[in-house]
Amino acid sequence: MEVLSYLIPISLFLGGIGLVAFFWTLKSNQYDDPEGDSARILRTDYDDEPAQD
Amino acid sequence: MTTSESPSAAACPGCLAAPVMSERARKRAQAIGTEIQLSLPAIHCAGCISGVERGLMALDGVNDVRVNLTRKRATVHVADGLEAADLTAALSALGFEALPLDSATLSAGTSDRAARDLLMRLGVSGFAMMNVMLLSVAVWSGATDATRDLFHWISAMIALPTIAFSAQPFFRNAWSALQAYRLNMDVPISLAILLAAGMSLFETMNSGENAYFDAALSLTFFLLAGRFLDQKMRSVARSAAAELAALESPTALRLVNGVAETVPLTAIAVGDILMVRPGGRVPVDGTVVDGTSELDRAFLTGETDPVAVDVGTSVRAGEVNLTGPLHVRAEAVGKDTLLHSLADMVSVAEEAKSKYNSLADRAARIYAPLVHLLALAAFVLWLWLTGGDVRLALNIAVAVLIITCPCALGLAVPAVSTVASGRMFKHGLLVKHATALERLAEVDEVIFDKTGTLTKGTPQLRDPDMIPERAFAIAAALADASSHPRSAAIGAAARGRGLPVVTVTGIVEHPGLGVEGKLNGKVVRLGRAAWVSDDTESGATQIDIAGEAPVSLAFADTLRDGAHDLIAALNARGLPVTLLSGDARDPVQRLADELGITDWHAGVLPTEKAAMLEDRKSAGKRVLMVGDGLNDTAALALAHVSIAPASALEAARVAADVVLVSPDLSHITDALRIGRSARHRILENFGVAALYNSIAVPIAFLGFATPLSAAIAMSTSSIIVSLNAMRTR
Repeated sequence: MEVLSYLIPISLFLGGIGLVAFFWTLKSNQYDDPEGDSARILRTDYDDEPAQD
Repeated sequence: MTTSESPSAAACPGCLAAPVMSERARKRAQAIGTEIQLSLPAIHCAGCISGVERGLMALDGVNDVRVNLTRKRATVHVADGLEAADLTAALSALGFEALPLDSATLSAGTSDRAARDLLMRLGVSGFAMMNVMLLSVAVWSGATDATRDLFHWISAMIALPTIAFSAQPFFRNAWSALQAYRLNMDVPISLAILLAAGMSLFETMNSGENAYFDAALSLTFFLLAGRFLDQKMRSVARSAAAELAALESPTALRLVNGVAETVPLTAIAVGDILMVRPGGRVPVDGTVVDGTSELDRAFLTGETDPVAVDVGTSVRAGEVNLTGPLHVRAEAVGKDTLLHSLADMVSVAEEAKSKYNSLADRAARIYAPLVHLLALAAFVLWLWLTGGDVRLALNIAVAVLIITCPCALGLAVPAVSTVASGRMFKHGLLVKHATALERLAEVDEVIFDKTGTLTKGTPQLRDPDMIPERAFAIAAALADASSHPRSAAIGAAARGRGLPVVTVTGIVEHPGLGVEGKLNGKVVRLGRAAWVSDDTESGATQIDIAGEAPVSLAFADTLRDGAHDLIAALNARGLPVTLLSGDARDPVQRLADELGITDWHAGVLPTEKAAMLEDRKSAGKRVLMVGDGLNDTAALALAHVSIAPASALEAARVAADVVLVSPDLSHITDALRIGRSARHRILENFGVAALYNSIAVPIAFLGFATPLSAAIAMSTSSIIVSLNAMRTR
């Protein structure tokens, strides 16, 4: 069972990365235009980033 | 940098992107400039995004464009000197309908922030729930002793901060309800979360067997999901409503020493002289001091025929000037205008509407006290049975509170409303009011306004085949020079008819009277009968060629698309239909006969409309009112539920519960159908929740509930309720 002392911190750390990534998506306005983003991914135009406004 | 301009020649996406990218980077690097918001009601696909963004970037002075497809809006940063009108003109040339929005009215940042705040809490609780759930799986599958205690402690470390952060909205609502000596849905929720967390912590410290951290977290997560859906739906409706308001920028042209300047409406004082251009709306109540013209009063009175105005005529805010420029002395501004007094009437009626008891309110009123009583009963009963074992009794009481958790109840209404509003949006209907869907389901009578609602409010030439060809050709040539709606109707009817070519010279428009020109040296006139041929029959339009008998042209209002289908569908459903119009008897009767409406009233004043709605209300009828004008505003607010077309005046759109964005009227039947379906699903969901509770509560009450059974029961009921909501059509 000693393996738990490694696995639990590791899994919590990985989960924490996911949480931080979620905060980042929220901060960079990635949920503002879900319909537009699903359409934009199929275009051939270059698109640098969601507008920072 | 490549100079290739033809995208089809590019061999790879990167080659294609390079010039666009550098163009974008170059423009980004420039000063950001003024921000202009445009509404793009017709965009729907990736091609439209590219079309709009490329089209606008190609304009000089445009620094940045970003289209938001979800809100059907574009944010454009432009250099000074470029106006919103230039952008809309460029877009309409590309085939995209665009309308400038007033950015000041749109700054609805607060509701966005609230939605983002909820999303953050939802994300955190989801993350914590998943981790704690995994730890719980280990406990359920048989971890014992030190391992179980360790897992409980880790769960506690994740759960307690998460609850402190994520469940705040529930705590806050519950606290404000308790301060007002009321019980709302949030009180049992907060109690369940806090008791479950506290009890579990106590059990963990004492190496107990059962900890409900996962239950407390999933409770928070599911309920936050319901809150988030609710908030999202409301903010979409609210931003749509704000957008409609922003379409009418509140400005007027004030004349100072003969020079016109644009000023905000709030800066106008009584006695100011204002200029109203042809095509513009009269901004205040007042009297004409200079100029002659015709006014379209359809919004105020429902009359289809334009009214001639002259010096001394009084005008009302909201009327549309048609032919000549007018100078108007302001006599009532802001709060004193007729428009505003109607708006006050609306806010009184709104108050009444907010008192409507929604299904969710009624469910909460039964639910909240019942849960507390059940948990208390379980606590007292087990205390008595075990002879004072507080720990066991409290454990069972917490289990009862968690099992009866309103997860399914909290999701039942928002999930259905979200799906139903989405479906309504697809059919071109914006739901503005939270309980509008439920009220739509209860409708048992429909009342329509005529002008602008069942009809388009724009005239059409009647029987063009009966008009002599030569006279028609001359009329069309004269009509070309004028922007009067009837001239436009003549032009539209003449197009594609192969009329003989006539050359009319020296065309002059006489505001309020008609158009005059010369054909082979002879005077020809198109306009009011009284002006053309001294005929006193009012309202008629005639074409007169010197030396020949004048020819009368008759006009009728065109029906909106889908009006026939709508009335037929309502008749098939057995809903009584009534037509209330402020227009004259003849056109109303003609329209009623055409559509097969037997119950119609002509020449109805706004107050009479309101009185009629009041009557129906006291007779216990639930009326759906469909109208667009100022004269309908009070009636719209008084009706059980109301729909206004997007072309309606702002006051009418504000008063209405649902705005019909689509030009096709027959979507109103879709609205009724979706409303009924939504109500059905909500009731079904309540049934599911009740059934689940009737099985689970006895189990919890008898002390057989474990954290595992609580977790399974809670998730299944929430999932069943959400899936059922998807069936709303």
